[in-house]
Amino acid sequence: MWWLPRGLHPGAWWLWALGLATAASHTTNPLPLALLVAVAGRVLGRRRGDAPWALAFRMYVWLGAVIVTMRVVFRIVFGGGQGDHILVRLPEIPLPAWAAGIRLFGPVAAEQILGGFYDGLRLATMLICLGAANALANPKRLLKAVPGALYAIGTAVVVALSVAPQLVESVLRVRRARRLRGASARGMRALRGIALPVLADALDRSLALAAAMDSRGYGRTAAVPAGQRTVTGALVLGGLVGVCAGTYGLLDTAAPGYLGLPMLLAGLTAAVTGMLLAGRRVRRSRYRPDRWRPAELLVAGCGVAAAALTMLAGSVDPELLYPPVSPLTWPQLTPLMLLAVGVAAAPAWLAPPPPPTVSAGRPPAVDRPIPVTDVPADGVRAARASTPGDRP
Amino acid sequence: MITFDRVTVHYAEGGPPPLRDVTFRVEEGELCLVAGRTGAGKSTLLRAINGLVPHFTGGTLHGAVTVDGRDTRTHPPRDLADVVGVVGQDPLAGFVTDTVEEELAYGMEQLALPPAVMRKRVEETLDLLGIADLRDRPLRTLSGGQQQRVAIGAVLTAHPRVLVLDEPTSALDPTAAEDVLATVTRLVHDLGVTVVLAEHRLERVLQYADRLLYLPGDGHVHDGTPATGLAHIDIAPPLIELGRLAGWTPLPLSVRDARRRASDLRHRLAGVAPPPVPAGADTGPTLTARKIVVRYPGTVAVAGVDLDLRAGRVVALMGRNGSGKSSLLWAVQGSGPRHGGTVAVTGPKGTVDPKALPAGQARRHVGLVPQDSGDLLYLETVDAECAQADRETGVPAGTCRALVDQLVPGLPGDRHPRDLSEGQRLALALAVQLTAAPPVVLLDEPTRGLDYHAKRQFTAVARMLAGSGRAVVVATHDVELVATLADRVIVMAEGEIVSDGTTAEVMLASPAFAPQVAKVLAPAPWLTVEQVAAALDETRAPA
Repeated sequence: MWWLPRGLHPGAWWLWALGLATAASHTTNPLPLALLVAVAGRVLGRRRGDAPWALAFRMYVWLGAVIVTMRVVFRIVFGGGQGDHILVRLPEIPLPAWAAGIRLFGPVAAEQILGGFYDGLRLATMLICLGAANALANPKRLLKAVPGALYAIGTAVVVALSVAPQLVESVLRVRRARRLRGASARGMRALRGIALPVLADALDRSLALAAAMDSRGYGRTAAVPAGQRTVTGALVLGGLVGVCAGTYGLLDTAAPGYLGLPMLLAGLTAAVTGMLLAGRRVRRSRYRPDRWRPAELLVAGCGVAAAALTMLAGSVDPELLYPPVSPLTWPQLTPLMLLAVGVAAAPAWLAPPPPPTVSAGRPPAVDRPIPVTDVPADGVRAARASTPGDRP
Repeated sequence: MITFDRVTVHYAEGGPPPLRDVTFRVEEGELCLVAGRTGAGKSTLLRAINGLVPHFTGGTLHGAVTVDGRDTRTHPPRDLADVVGVVGQDPLAGFVTDTVEEELAYGMEQLALPPAVMRKRVEETLDLLGIADLRDRPLRTLSGGQQQRVAIGAVLTAHPRVLVLDEPTSALDPTAAEDVLATVTRLVHDLGVTVVLAEHRLERVLQYADRLLYLPGDGHVHDGTPATGLAHIDIAPPLIELGRLAGWTPLPLSVRDARRRASDLRHRLAGVAPPPVPAGADTGPTLTARKIVVRYPGTVAVAGVDLDLRAGRVVALMGRNGSGKSSLLWAVQGSGPRHGGTVAVTGPKGTVDPKALPAGQARRHVGLVPQDSGDLLYLETVDAECAQADRETGVPAGTCRALVDQLVPGLPGDRHPRDLSEGQRLALALAVQLTAAPPVVLLDEPTRGLDYHAKRQFTAVARMLAGSGRAVVVATHDVELVATLADRVIVMAEGEIVSDGTTAEVMLASPAFAPQVAKVLAPAPWLTVEQVAAALDETRAPA
């Protein structure tokens, strides 16, 4: 392997996953879809770290399974009755006249179930591809890559993300405490008993976090003359208005020509200039920033190529990518589709392996005779507190 | 380094100013200990150092606070970030990122240091604090002591000249606390960082301090060396009280000091034995738990523990964080998970298992006050809480209020529970649970964040509960509290009971659990200053 182990730029994984999802959205053929899910799982197995966000993939797979099941169940319940291969005949529930066009139960055809299955599988595959991206790349690192002007928004999102699990934790804690008081109240009264302590807790925590961030230098800004601030604000606002007007002009064919593309471009330029100027005001540096290197380009390229190949396959023989359910036919693979799947799977071997990390509970990888958590007595400890370098 | 020049702080909501006309200087490289009762203004003093008071908290500050030549009136906290590093009580609440390495770099990113410098400082700091093997770990998976050291590291990377620590060890077990304090003293001695530290358990840090700022609570600050400052302090650790009792001057600051002076005292006590533990009527156990098992995904929290609780006895449950103390208490009460074993509470109507009862009934047999006692309280006033407790329990109105008055006389009824001091809130939560009159009372880390006064008050309350025929269990890290309170001590590790015996047996058996008095007077089996005082009275009386 010619790459050293390292974490990849999160953007690369997201582009790869979006490529896969795009590929999945261009077919209902269960064979390439199943292969894409397998590819996502395989790449994940070989290239994810063991950080907490990497473990969420299973949840996406479950969600995918639920989507497929729901689709099939819906087709059975609100079956249209199309198809000749009747599997079972469920008793039909007669509906009043105003619900005409809706049918409950009735005969269940194989075509109908298969159609629901294809549809659900496509949606599930797209979801699982995005889940893979979420598990492969720390979503918070992606936020770190936002431009300077959006830094404050990025921070707010990161903080909100970290508050969510804490909120769940305190809800559980307070609910347990409520049981201790013998609380048997239900509904609004119980909600009040849980919500108030949790909200008070969350408020305390946010204040503590804000104080900590403030005292660690968050929000230090370079001195900017008032004039430049006004210019920056005007540029960003004016630019955004321009973008809106431009988009409207582009979509509304009756609008005059200058409101279309030219307006959009002018608005975009103004907004970007404004943001760049605003970014200059944020004075901070980045610790070990993620960079786009050949490996990132390769991974992102694999995703884009997979999407492009599927689209190409779709334009060559569309009926193979959207296999008809009526008449019932076996789905088939084409060489182009196989190639797309192969390219999508390449990062499992071509991407650099994730850095080895030590997860909770496992002994540290470093050979160190005194694990930090396992110390003997307090009195002895103080005497032994030497510099770590002194330890054998 | 730090200068307070006639500083007075008022908060908008009125009340007496927490700081009044305070003037002092902390020199470069000093370890300055800030002591005082809860609510005496310690946090205000600490937060004024980096300008959080008044820039962040609001209020009005008269006078001037200068740090390294920068006036906090013109420099908000963020502009002092490269001079003052602040570490709070709960490290988790102050973390911004999610892994150790990123957290260490966060402050430097805000200061816009070049990447090469950041890389170097992160590595240095990881080594300095002995946390290099934690570098990739998510912050939430660390133990309390590790989190606190990461929090210290995270402010150290900015190379501040002053480190401000607000009760950094209050949530930690003794070992982890010792780790953190050892780290702090090393920073003072090796790097010459000026440290300002607030701490309730003075016995742990007094010996390392160069200066003691004592806040009596009226807004003034007494500035002095630890030995002179302690003379008129009313919140003394046992070592100091022993020194006062024996009439030593200057007062000893460390066990070593005291031990070298104590040969005379040991001699005087040679012929006397500490009073034997009152045996008490040996009734059958009120609560019998057998083979309790509690599992969490990936770990066994409690591994087949047997527990007998007798009426009128106080049992202390000790062991490091994560050793299964809380899980055991919750499992015994019946509200927490229990994956094996039996619990039987002997009541007037035969024995019952609280787990089998609805929550409202279970608390009539076993009452539990959780670690955050505030979780039990959710109404706007003390009176409303008391009325609600009476209603929930179905007892005559006023029962809970009477209990509150018994525990902490004179608690204003219109006060919001969150505005109470830690000790008052604990008493209120305890009163709410006692309203159901359970024969067994379990308390999970009740003395966390309590000062000496509140602790003494709590000890009296717990004794009173035992005196009224209840079985009391206190899970705690506080060795000195256990020495004065408990009849029996159970030590847990990894979900198992590793030792179980009378307080004297367990506490004298290992230096880790020995209270200060025992360390000074070993090998004689003395545990508390009260015991020594009583014995000295006795020896004097016949003469």
